[in-house]
Amino acid sequence: MSEATAEVSYLEHGHSLKSWLLTTDHKRIAILYFLSITLFFFVGGAAAALIRIDLLTPEADLMSNEGYNRAFTLHGVIMVWFFLIPSIPNTFGNFLVPLMIGARDLAFPRLNLLSWYIYMVGGLFTIAVLVLGGVDTGWTFYTPLSSMFANGNVILAATAIFVVGFSSILTGLNFIVTVHRLRCPGMTWGRLPLFVWSIYATSLILVLATPVLSITLVLIAAERLFGIGVFNPALGGDPLLYQHLFWFYSHPAVYIMILPALGVISELVATAARKPVFGYRFVAGSSIAIAILGFLVWGHHMFVAGQSMYASAVFSFLSLAVAVPSGIKVYNWTATLYKGHIALDPPFLFAMSFIGLFVVGGMTGLILAMLAVDVHVHDTYFVVAHFHYIMVGGTVSAYFGALHYWWPKMMGRMLPLVWGRLSAIFIFLGFNLTFFPQFILGYLGMPRRYHVYPAEFQTLHVLSSAGASVLGLAYLLPFTYLLYSLRHGGKAPPNPWGATGLEWTVPSPPPQHNFHELPTVDGPPYQYPVEVDGEREAAHG
Amino acid sequence: MNRLLTFWAGQASHHAGQVDTLFLGLAVLAVLLSAPVFILITWFAVKYRRGKPADRTHAVNRNVWLEVSWAAIPFLATVAFYLWSTGLFIDLYQPPAEALAINAVGKQWMWKFQHPGGQAEINELHVPAGQAVVVTLASQDVIHSLFVPALRLKQDVVPGRYTRLWFRADAAGSYALVCAQFCGTDHAVMGGQLVVQTPADYARWLAAAGTDGSLAAQGAVLFRQMGCSGCHGAASTVHAPPLEGLYGRPVPLANGQVVTADDQYLRDSILLPQAQVAAGYPAIMPTYQNVLGEEDVLKLVAYIKSLANAQPGGGHE
Ligand code: HEC
Ligand SMILES: [Cu+2]
Ligand SMILES: [Cu+2]
Repeated sequence: MSEATAEVSYLEHGHSLKSWLLTTDHKRIAILYFLSITLFFFVGGAAAALIRIDLLTPEADLMSNEGYNRAFTLHGVIMVWFFLIPSIPNTFGNFLVPLMIGARDLAFPRLNLLSWYIYMVGGLFTIAVLVLGGVDTGWTFYTPLSSMFANGNVILAATAIFVVGFSSILTGLNFIVTVHRLRCPGMTWGRLPLFVWSIYATSLILVLATPVLSITLVLIAAERLFGIGVFNPALGGDPLLYQHLFWFYSHPAVYIMILPALGVISELVATAARKPVFGYRFVAGSSIAIAILGFLVWGHHMFVAGQSMYASAVFSFLSLAVAVPSGIKVYNWTATLYKGHIALDPPFLFAMSFIGLFVVGGMTGLILAMLAVDVHVHDTYFVVAHFHYIMVGGTVSAYFGALHYWWPKMMGRMLPLVWGRLSAIFIFLGFNLTFFPQFILGYLGMPRRYHVYPAEFQTLHVLSSAGASVLGLAYLLPFTYLLYSLRHGGKAPPNPWGATGLEWTVPSPPPQHNFHELPTVDGPPYQYPVEVDGEREAAHG
Repeated sequence: MNRLLTFWAGQASHHAGQVDTLFLGLAVLAVLLSAPVFILITWFAVKYRRGKPADRTHAVNRNVWLEVSWAAIPFLATVAFYLWSTGLFIDLYQPPAEALAINAVGKQWMWKFQHPGGQAEINELHVPAGQAVVVTLASQDVIHSLFVPALRLKQDVVPGRYTRLWFRADAAGSYALVCAQFCGTDHAVMGGQLVVQTPADYARWLAAAGTDGSLAAQGAVLFRQMGCSGCHGAASTVHAPPLEGLYGRPVPLANGQVVTADDQYLRDSILLPQAQVAAGYPAIMPTYQNVLGEEDVLKLVAYIKSLANAQPGGGHE
């Protein structure tokens, strides 16, 4: 027992609702985000369930055409902006960045709280869209469909995304300043944990790309409300301009969603293997490379949109280049395991599952970047499968990996390892059963956003829906045993996994101001082996 | 399963076969690049399981050359595929000159096709096998995308601009033809068939389909009905440019630019006349935006194109 345990933990520091809603503690704000994005995860998941049920048969039975369109639009909007983008940065980033760099909080604690309130306002707008009947443009809001033709609540939905964008920008800004200004003595850039590197790279994108989306949404509103011709050719506008603007944000947004996950995996792999991450510099540098290159490939969404042939050829090439830094990470993680001391704990199983699914997602991304193939599979289920492998197989697996890994730190309770392993395995199996058939469907020519389809495709759709039910239950599982662990789990020691990193030097859960005395760092990160304090098995059993 | 893989589709063209080969090649590449990861991770997880005795001496934490090589080698391999795929893609922008020209208009939620002889059809497209066909695509409202899985081809149909798609179907038969770009309520049912016929059958179909004259002839009728001839005709007293010999020629504009009078230019001249005013003429041409649909405009364009080699009849120069 270290002396710091005597201090009150952040969870004990005030129990009133007010002490939570007006907190400026980055750890409490992380919990607020955790609760709110979990809510949206289930709302978005419910929309996905409707979609998968409807797709069981070739006919339209559950929903009307319009109803189906509203279901997948809502699924996309909620999952992208209200779950995936804030998921890892706003929960684990918020909780961990100050702890990992030896700081007492983020640079702007009040701004941090404001970001959460802005997120919630955006969320309320989204709920309003849902209650008022939804929106039917797809999460991509292509013009002139969205600006002139769609009859759903386009303006309200655009407002929701516009608002939540400010939450992203402020959070990104906060992280950037924090990493620059608040590193403890000795925490040089070359000693930053890889998770911090990836959050830093993500923040750069958040700050640079999100404003473009905000402007684009304003332009849609201007065209829809006042008939100002920007995108509609009948008013003298250009519909492809919209796609350029949208993907200039939304391709980097893909990296907003995946970069934090890559950072999580570096931490999980190092801890599982009790070895430094192989090639720290390459792995850290690849996060920055991804952030930069990610801004140069948006045109790969427009190979059949009417963009010039030369532009397509250039974007195709750059898209291959952006795969290189991702490849480096995967190979380096593999090398990290070589001669390690690998424990097959839940976080590592999630990490393995992440690597497997991310590799499939990445490889199919490479295939999609090939012009002649993309002409065929663009806007089919092949694309749907590809990005779900990255976003769900990748990001969501990493999110659950992070949840299992840092749960003892955040809540001070151990979780049942057996259940953790089981849910990692079920999520992996359910995921593949859901989305692998979609690659085949896509190559066979099944367009996306169809709920009426030829009978030949039914077998594959039924497989996919079956997988989705396994996946759905597997996602519910952790929430049950994690809740259970809050009451019945063993008390977590400061460093249950025997990991390096400053967050493991403070008690679990951390005291309100993180560090009694600010730490000093005098060596590179991931210096294994570390002293393991407390028997892990004893602690949870 | 067999029924599944015979497709909703099949392979209706040589290009389709080429895309399949490329795709298989890429699948093999993907397996080769990812297999080491899958195999090694599993192997290491077993061999170096915590608590299990194994040789763990001389573990390295970095090796720049190793890292550079596993960045560079896969990249070079993909570049080879890039060249292959880009080559196939560039072909899609080079329709043969003798290709049969067909027009397609996408509108919420149907496809309309026009053959050069003036035959029109909805949600079905008849084409002769073995002959190159180039489809000019126009949209009446939102973005659609003409997708024929059996040809491994699709092209977005964008309002305000003509896009093109060309193919040469080899195998007679019926293939699915769908809309791939989400376009609103009935997107999922905006489809039909591509019917590939032997040239003889196609000729019979054209004859049976019936028409009020060729597309250009129908355009000529519109040209009079819509009052175009009142300004552009030989007898007109309005100062408007003659349209004979216009198609394919460079046109100096009032703003100093010089553009080629292609299909897109003709379309825009009719629907957005103020956007590009021909040099030396008053900007008095009215817009036909709310008067003429894309199908009619395509007919007028066909008519003006048919005048490409005609001599101007009047003295407006
Ligand atoms: C009121 C007279 C008027 C009418 C009616 C009219 N036009 Fe024009 N049109 C003009 C004038 C004047 C120009 C040249 C100035 C400009 O480019 O706007 C022109 C330009 C054009 C051009 C571009 C020619 C070039 O040399 O660049 C095309 C093509 C054309 N018109 C087609 C049509 C068609 C088709 C119609 C009927 C649907 C039509 N016009 C009706 C007056 C008219
Ligand atoms: Cu992209
Ligand atoms: Cu459509």
